[in-house]
Amino acid sequence: MGLFIAQLITGLANAGALFMVASGLSLIFGVTRIVNFAHGSFYMLGAYIGYTLMQVLPGAVGFWGAILLAGIAVGVIGMLVEILVLRPVYRAPELFQLVATFGVILVVADLTLMIWGPEDLLGPRAPGLRGVIRIMGEPVPKYDIALLVITPIVALLLWYLIARTRVGVLVRAATQDREMVGALGVNQAWLFTGVFALGCGLAGLGGALQLPKGGADLLMDFNILTAVFVVVVIGGMGSLPGAYLAAVIISVVNVFGVTYLPQSTLVLIFVVMVLVLMIRPYGLFGRPEVAGEHGQVGEPEKPIRPAGTQVRLLVAAGIATLAALPLYGSSFSQVLATDILIFCLFAASLHFLMGLSGLVSFGHAAYFGGGAYVAALIVTHSNSPMELAFVLAPIGAGLGALIIGWVCLRLTGVYFAMLTLAFAQLLWSLVFQWGEVTGGDDGLVNIWPADWLNDTTVFFYLALILCIGGILAMRHVAHSPFGYALRAGRDSDRRAEATGINVKRVQWLGFGFAGMMAGLAGGLFVFSKGSVFPNEMEIARSFDALIVVFLGGVKTLAGGVVGAATFKGLEEVITRFEYWRLILGLLIIFVVIVMPEGIVGTARKWAERAGWLRGEETRKRKAREEAA
Amino acid sequence: MKRKTFLKTLMGAAVAVTMAPFAATAQDGPIIVGEINHYKRMAAFAGPYKMGIELALEEINAAGGVMGRPLEFIFRDDQGEPGEAVKIAEELMTRDGAVMITGTILSNVGLAISSLAGEKGYVYLASEPLADSLVWASGNDYTFRLRSSTYMQAAMLAEEAAASGATKFATIAPNYAYGKDAVAAFKEVLTELNPDVEFVAEQWPALFKIDAGAEVQAIERAKPDAIYNVTFGTDLAKLVREGGDRGLFDGRTVYGLLSGEPEYLDPLGDEAPEGWVVTGFPWYDLEDGPDGAFVKAYQERYDDYPRLGSIVGYMTVQSIAAALERAGSTETDAIREAFKGLEVASAMGDITFRAIDHQATMGAYVGTTALRDGKGVMVDWEYKYGGDYLPSDEKVMELRPGN
Repeated sequence: MGLFIAQLITGLANAGALFMVASGLSLIFGVTRIVNFAHGSFYMLGAYIGYTLMQVLPGAVGFWGAILLAGIAVGVIGMLVEILVLRPVYRAPELFQLVATFGVILVVADLTLMIWGPEDLLGPRAPGLRGVIRIMGEPVPKYDIALLVITPIVALLLWYLIARTRVGVLVRAATQDREMVGALGVNQAWLFTGVFALGCGLAGLGGALQLPKGGADLLMDFNILTAVFVVVVIGGMGSLPGAYLAAVIISVVNVFGVTYLPQSTLVLIFVVMVLVLMIRPYGLFGRPEVAGEHGQVGEPEKPIRPAGTQVRLLVAAGIATLAALPLYGSSFSQVLATDILIFCLFAASLHFLMGLSGLVSFGHAAYFGGGAYVAALIVTHSNSPMELAFVLAPIGAGLGALIIGWVCLRLTGVYFAMLTLAFAQLLWSLVFQWGEVTGGDDGLVNIWPADWLNDTTVFFYLALILCIGGILAMRHVAHSPFGYALRAGRDSDRRAEATGINVKRVQWLGFGFAGMMAGLAGGLFVFSKGSVFPNEMEIARSFDALIVVFLGGVKTLAGGVVGAATFKGLEEVITRFEYWRLILGLLIIFVVIVMPEGIVGTARKWAERAGWLRGEETRKRKAREEAA
Repeated sequence: MKRKTFLKTLMGAAVAVTMAPFAATAQDGPIIVGEINHYKRMAAFAGPYKMGIELALEEINAAGGVMGRPLEFIFRDDQGEPGEAVKIAEELMTRDGAVMITGTILSNVGLAISSLAGEKGYVYLASEPLADSLVWASGNDYTFRLRSSTYMQAAMLAEEAAASGATKFATIAPNYAYGKDAVAAFKEVLTELNPDVEFVAEQWPALFKIDAGAEVQAIERAKPDAIYNVTFGTDLAKLVREGGDRGLFDGRTVYGLLSGEPEYLDPLGDEAPEGWVVTGFPWYDLEDGPDGAFVKAYQERYDDYPRLGSIVGYMTVQSIAAALERAGSTETDAIREAFKGLEVASAMGDITFRAIDHQATMGAYVGTTALRDGKGVMVDWEYKYGGDYLPSDEKVMELRPGN
């Protein structure tokens, strides 16, 4: 009994920092609809700033003051980020802001390294709270008790702010219908800034508060991110009580998992997340998203058209130039081109999903890595020829996508995205944990192509044919009846249903097709590298694809490919510098602000404005003139 | 809609930049070695390692270089990604004119490069990755490893643990390949030495996401006599803090793999645990011998003290220089043959790159932790020669199907 209570207390204490970070994320999402990937970075900043302040400020007052000040400082930083980076892009397509927050992650990571150095910092102890007290004979650290008291106080203060003050009324109103709030004369810009600052401040507070239980290190930003997303989703996005309850559930389940199922540490929270979402699709206290509520921000989309003769000729010339690469390029240029082509295909498959069906997946790497693993597992365990393994890669990934898609499509919008993330993580954990079969994180090595394909140039041609072929195939599908059905479902679910399209089924097939194409890219990847590791299924890989699709332009047909090629090419050059993350982050933020419709979308608009490209306006005018 | 041309331009630009002309390997120019590491992802480890390399390079080149030519390293950051490392390795070997490749800390990146090396015929000296499979299960003819592996260091601690007479052990290790290898090797060797031992708890926290309070409660519940710890970095700091507060370590000996390395011990400051039996690097007590000379040279060169990574970096260069001298050529096959059975007078004394499995016999320092001037140090330490902690040749042949 004593142990049980002690474990419960440990879980509740752990929930503290998690709740603060998660409640901040939840608030921000609720009001501004921004999925703030950089939230972990603000948490990390809180820890580092808190650490530094604790070195300067003396005694118990200094300690608690430092925590409070760290929260405030991070809030101010968050405010600056909101004003400088996010405000210019609120009218960009849905979820585009998350690209900007991704840039912020990179910038913060390098700045933190510059300022505080690479070594882990051990958090200072809370004055007077070192050591334990005994509860029924079990030792419980005094600081855990302090956390146990502080967390509900913060939660109550937040509740008071939201439920009992005018600011809170505005925040709740904006969470319900931000257009209406704006129409009623509330200055939305400052409301958003304020909420963003508050959310970041809470993350900073959480970071500083956990110092006596750990410290500050450079991996904190990504390490807490998944747990926080899980908490926010389980609680229901935008719901504070939900965030509190979910933080407690996750922390307590974890503590008991550690004791009774020690191997479960990787999967447990994702299993809980999937279970909760199966029963309550919008989290414990969330509410369903109303269709179109925040879907069409910005200008209405232009219909896509097949490319004209001129463009086709140009593309053909481009492909020919690329195909001649072995004649004028070095062996390494072919290796690099193969890498870029594979990534282009992977990004294009996600773009297909997002652009045509409007389904945003946060876990697309599951199918890329899945394809790679299918091929590698077959080669490793059954000694089958490479060709067979290669063919099975996209099939396996496609089947996997069909299964996962079938479950995930019960949800929509951000919840759908989060559920794909959870499944990707489950799959990742499976691969990571099941060492006997998958090699765990030591991966599967010596997966090389058959002899006739083993030459760098031959493999380059294989990649060229399959990647360009795959990209063209997806483009073709976009113009097929299936593609029209997908777009119809994206633009108006109900009208599409009314015209006899089974939207869910069409989306399901689209999801499977995108997964299959990602699997093809994965199959190419594993044979080009000769090995595969769980990294290829990681969240970071999914984010890579997501970022380039947005950077390229979701609402254009070529966005995925252009974004991927640009990003990979830039990365190739930039990573040679020492502070490449800073440069890359700033570049991403720059592109986001200057080109809110992505590279292709904005470039086209510029070209139209300059008269190089005939836009809709000139087209219509011409049509009128001709009619007259 | 000029999408493909735009893409081609970009790719052309990227290719052009990366193909910027580099002088081919002239016979009298420097000998180039490609070094791939996680300079950003693991900055605290890769930094001192690189400083060790640069110190050795300066010394060797001041003494006339290798075969009369200066030795030069090209350092590249792989972001901690295996796929990226493979690409960079190709670039170093086919474009930059590197004669061989070295580097990496993370085992998975080391394994990826090793796989490429075996396939394409590049010599790869794995400097820091610890995975046993690198030279055993996945070993190949072109891959060599310098640092004493997981098995070797675990065997050293298992020997100490067997001598203590404790029989009920709990283990705690990060839930990934290194942690699992380390626990398996420790259990294997310890059970061999003392068949009476019993493992009463096995804890597997997620790497860098330990829930220390819960782990401590779980271990305490099993009431072990001794604990074997494989956690490191921030996980170790949290475990030490929670375990210390809750009295987990009272009356129990803890065996800590790598816990004595300055990389992991120093961030703990005055909360470093006392009385743990650990492998590590007691640079502060090294005065005589080649390791003492290294420490002195390092501190004179830099305004800093060496970490374990520093001496590994230094020995990496020593090993490569020795192999090149022995090969008398920069041809891949000559270098590979030279590495087999290569004897190096290294900063940790004489080591041999075993012909049988390409593992160097570099050892490790084993000692007990204590506090000195508010910092964790190792006392009563002893340098254990790595060659004494490897399985028998027959066993190795079995473990290494590539032979």
